[in-house]
Amino acid sequence: MTVTNVASAGGVPDVGGLWTVLAAGDKLQAPSIEYGKLSPTLIVLGVAALGVLIEAFAPRKSRYGAQLSVSLLGLAAAFAAVIGLAASGAGTTRAQIAGMGALAVDGPALFLQGTLLLVGIVGVVTFAERRLEPSAAGSRVDAFAAQPASVPGGEGERQAVKAGWTTTEVFPLLMFAIGGMLLFPAANDLLLLFVALEVFSLPLYLLCALARRRRLLSQEAAVKYFLLGAFSSAFLLFGTALLYGYAGTVGYSGIARVVSGSDAVSDPVLAQTAGNDALLLIGGALVVMGLLFKVGAVPFHMWTPDVYQGAPTPVTGFMAAATKVAAFGALLRLLYVVLPGLSWDWRPVMWGVAILTMLAGAVVAITQTDVKRLLAYSSIAHAGFLLAGVIATSKSGVSSVLFYLAAYSFVTLGAFAVVTLVRDAGGEATHLSKWAGLGRRSPLLAAVFAIFLLAFAGIPLTSGFAGKFAVFKAAAEGGAGALVVVGVIASAIAAFFYLRVIVLMFFSEPQADGPSVAVPSVMTTSAIAVGVVVTVVLGVAPQYFLDLAGHAGVFVR
Amino acid sequence: MIGLLVGVPLFGAAVLLVGGRRLDRGGHWLATLLAAVSFVIGAVLFASMLGEDADARAMHSKWFSWVPVEGFQADVAFQLDQLSMTFVLLITGVGTLIHLYSVGYMEHDPRRRRFFAYLNLFLAAMLLLVLADNYLLLYVGWEGVGLASYLLIGFWQHKPSAATAAKKAFLVNRVGDAGLAIAVFLMFTTFGSFAFAPVLSSAGEASEGKLTAIGLMLLLAACGKSAQVPLQSWLGDAMEGPTPVSALIHAATMVTAGVYLITRSGAIFDGAPDAQLVVVTVGAVTLLFGAIVGCAKDDIKKALAGSTMSQIGYMVLAAGLGPIGYAFAIMHLVTHGFFKAGLFLGAGSVMHGMNDEVDMRRYGGLRKYMPVTFVTFGLGYLAIIGFPGLSGFFSKDQIIEAAFAKGGTQGWILGAVTLLGAAITAYYMTRVMLMTFFGEERWRRAPTPSPAQPDVEPAAETRGEHAVPDPHESPKIMTIPMIVLAFGSVFAGGIFKAGDSFVNWLEPVTRFEHGHSPVSATAVTTATIVALLLGVGAAYLQYGRKPVPALAPRGGLLTRAARRDLLQDDFNHVVLVSGGTHLTRSLVYVDNKLVDGAVNGTAAAFGGLSGRLRRLQNGFARSYAVSMFGGAAVLIAATLLMRAV
Repeated sequence: MTVTNVASAGGVPDVGGLWTVLAAGDKLQAPSIEYGKLSPTLIVLGVAALGVLIEAFAPRKSRYGAQLSVSLLGLAAAFAAVIGLAASGAGTTRAQIAGMGALAVDGPALFLQGTLLLVGIVGVVTFAERRLEPSAAGSRVDAFAAQPASVPGGEGERQAVKAGWTTTEVFPLLMFAIGGMLLFPAANDLLLLFVALEVFSLPLYLLCALARRRRLLSQEAAVKYFLLGAFSSAFLLFGTALLYGYAGTVGYSGIARVVSGSDAVSDPVLAQTAGNDALLLIGGALVVMGLLFKVGAVPFHMWTPDVYQGAPTPVTGFMAAATKVAAFGALLRLLYVVLPGLSWDWRPVMWGVAILTMLAGAVVAITQTDVKRLLAYSSIAHAGFLLAGVIATSKSGVSSVLFYLAAYSFVTLGAFAVVTLVRDAGGEATHLSKWAGLGRRSPLLAAVFAIFLLAFAGIPLTSGFAGKFAVFKAAAEGGAGALVVVGVIASAIAAFFYLRVIVLMFFSEPQADGPSVAVPSVMTTSAIAVGVVVTVVLGVAPQYFLDLAGHAGVFVR
Repeated sequence: MIGLLVGVPLFGAAVLLVGGRRLDRGGHWLATLLAAVSFVIGAVLFASMLGEDADARAMHSKWFSWVPVEGFQADVAFQLDQLSMTFVLLITGVGTLIHLYSVGYMEHDPRRRRFFAYLNLFLAAMLLLVLADNYLLLYVGWEGVGLASYLLIGFWQHKPSAATAAKKAFLVNRVGDAGLAIAVFLMFTTFGSFAFAPVLSSAGEASEGKLTAIGLMLLLAACGKSAQVPLQSWLGDAMEGPTPVSALIHAATMVTAGVYLITRSGAIFDGAPDAQLVVVTVGAVTLLFGAIVGCAKDDIKKALAGSTMSQIGYMVLAAGLGPIGYAFAIMHLVTHGFFKAGLFLGAGSVMHGMNDEVDMRRYGGLRKYMPVTFVTFGLGYLAIIGFPGLSGFFSKDQIIEAAFAKGGTQGWILGAVTLLGAAITAYYMTRVMLMTFFGEERWRRAPTPSPAQPDVEPAAETRGEHAVPDPHESPKIMTIPMIVLAFGSVFAGGIFKAGDSFVNWLEPVTRFEHGHSPVSATAVTTATIVALLLGVGAAYLQYGRKPVPALAPRGGLLTRAARRDLLQDDFNHVVLVSGGTHLTRSLVYVDNKLVDGAVNGTAAAFGGLSGRLRRLQNGFARSYAVSMFGGAAVLIAATLLMRAV
């Protein structure tokens, strides 16, 4: 009604005129976007959208090839963009906050985005493996359900399996997840952090439900992951609200300025809450907890084993590697940029979380009998080791965590890729008893898996040692000597169950009806090969990469 | 140039080992050629060294810095002085001759290429040992010769006895090697370096206690490598290796490395009279020990091995005497290198013609069948017993004289021991000579133990029956090296003695002092000759006048003990093996009960904890959510609490 009155009173003829008035009144600014600086994320999200279009319009037969090539090209282009940005100094001297304060383009962001893109490339490759499952109805099938929407064991599923269908929507889903993950460690704004979290989490929930074999387990895993993920998202969102109440802004830099006292909150609406330390502490803790859920730290780790076990193994591998990279990136930025002024408050709590995570992950892993659950608990223990580096609150702490993430993610990808190869009639043979004597039957594969296990255990000459050493060194220099002691004890406990698998593979008699090792296509082979090469290179000659991570260790504020 | 000495045989070893079967046909000639090349290089260096002034003869050459850390300089650097030069000529000269001999001796062995590769490896390691300019590099060579010795003793690995002997030599040598390692550590902590020049020049500044410790550790090393009491037990068994190996490594060169070590480290021993006393004692004991063992052995190689032990005892004794003895120790070492290598090659030649029979009781009267071997062996025999005018006479006589010159009661005891040793040497060598080349041709009849004679040496029966051998002279390629060595056995001592040329040559390195003997030189020489005659006479009465039984009689207590190497293995077994077994058993017990108990207890504790924690993972999303919620509450409470505190 008001508008109508204005129009009649002022004689302005139409609604279009209203826009003109508003624009003239300078009330609405067009956002300025640094497209070049944000190009890696934009490319990946664009390719994801393109994947949806391919899924909608391309003929079924050509979708696999098209999706695979588009995804790989997109990731490669995005990686090239990251390299270009890094080469132009965007990671060091010309680091800046882009996208109207929403996104940081700095060393840690670029390092993690580069890592994520490489992980993504390997992930796409393992998703595209079509040699392992026995072919159905004359066509090769992959690890994903023929018709995800059908009831497990139902008629629709039976027909879909019989028809040998495959689904290619996993590729755009994966690309959306990668896009969200690229945003996550770069987010410089709590709202964008939340959006990025959902952008990468939702596709992962879906992907977890897509296993071709053991459908019920897979769907259960997806539901659990979704429920608990939603719960943790609520934590994060609630924490965001509290922090807004405290600081009157959701931008990282703005909150940091209020925390340090250099800015005062001027908004009269927030007069009741602004500057209330309880809001700051609870809000900060809740946001951190949302991230701790994603990294799988105790006590927010319970989803990890169930989801890792139920999800299709290529998804598990990707998720275990990439989620950890993205979430630790976001956690680092949050703690180092927003909450450094509170480090006296959060450090003791994080100490406790790190110790619990290291010990619980290592101890519970001892009694695991399923290789995927074993690796899940191992990933929990590694989250604890990484937290030790986070707590260091120093430049070397940041760079050690960056290096550790890069090293760990390739070991994880390789290890889960190996898991996809050991199969019996029921699909992957993940029960450890079936791995007995694998070293006699397939010495090469067992040796490769042994390398990954040694890297997990942090034995010298593998990337795991270099990473763990860097993290513990940073933690010790940061005054967390006791934490390092606990870390070393946890490593010793963890070494037990890693070595136990090696002993099982090489020194036990093979079972008579044991699993066979499938011969993979070039896809999984190259994924495993990349894992081995990275593991050995980062283990034998880590210095270049440590330097690289060291240069990337400064956040833009 | 100095590095080439080591490099040439090392290259040969590498080529022969890497080259594989393609080199089976000509590899042995390549190895022999390379040995000869390094001898020529040595000779050229020797000639150029003679052109220099006596004090300017030492040459240094640094190849590269191995560990270039501040405060810890480990260089691969060589030092060629008169002492090293002597060894270089001995090693490459005798080595080349033995390579040549081996071409004939190993002609039918299918693994001949490998044998020559190991021989070249040995030459390289031994040259590295004597050319190193620091103790660390010397240690590398020391281990290298140990490796070559191990490989060559066990060369006929299909024989369990050879494999066992190789293992025994290796194990016993480890004890000595540990001594050398500790000595090097001590040097580094005492002097801050392990290069010869700084260590030896500042040896006088260190405390006597430290010098004694270093000296004793060096002596332990020398005992291991040179088969001196108490680490002597491996040498007799080492005769399981092919005879050229026994000649080169276990007679002429490697086993004398201990003497080299002591002589090289003279400055350290000079500052530690207690260590010197131990050295002298070890030498004297071994001298008699080896000689007694040599008297009782019927295996020709083992008799010679006992003799080697005894002769090295002379050298160690001389080296323990200090500057009055170093030069004589080395001089005896060189002459011994000639005649003992010659004797071993002769023994090998005899075995070659006798179907590899080693039992001297089945020899006899061989002089007719093997004239060249007889003559060369005979000359070596005359040299080793110290027949006047031959090599051994000059070198041994000097040592006996120096032993008397030690002075006091010690001098008298040492002099008496060396004289006694000379008599026993004459006895057992005459025994070998008579049993092998003279007397009845016992090999014609197969020995059968008579039931009426139950007390024969049981080992003799187990040797089994052989076809009657057809003794014959060895081919030229084997006899020529023997002839060359025989020349050395005859003339080397005289040349060295003439005008004290050898002593003067070594004097800049080892220093030399004239001892003041309480007995005149003529008296000593006379006594030596008397001892010699007594020994020869006794042996002649026992083995020349009476027929030698083809099966060893049971013998007296001493004989039986000597046959068993004076119970050295029994001693080792009782004291070390069973002692060690008891020690390890009790350690294992402690390990099982205490350590494993603690470890297993910890493991069980963690396992139980793991099983309990695992139950928290019950699969219900609601429980997980509760745990998250509870965890969140605790963390928030903790955060707030931190602020409140």
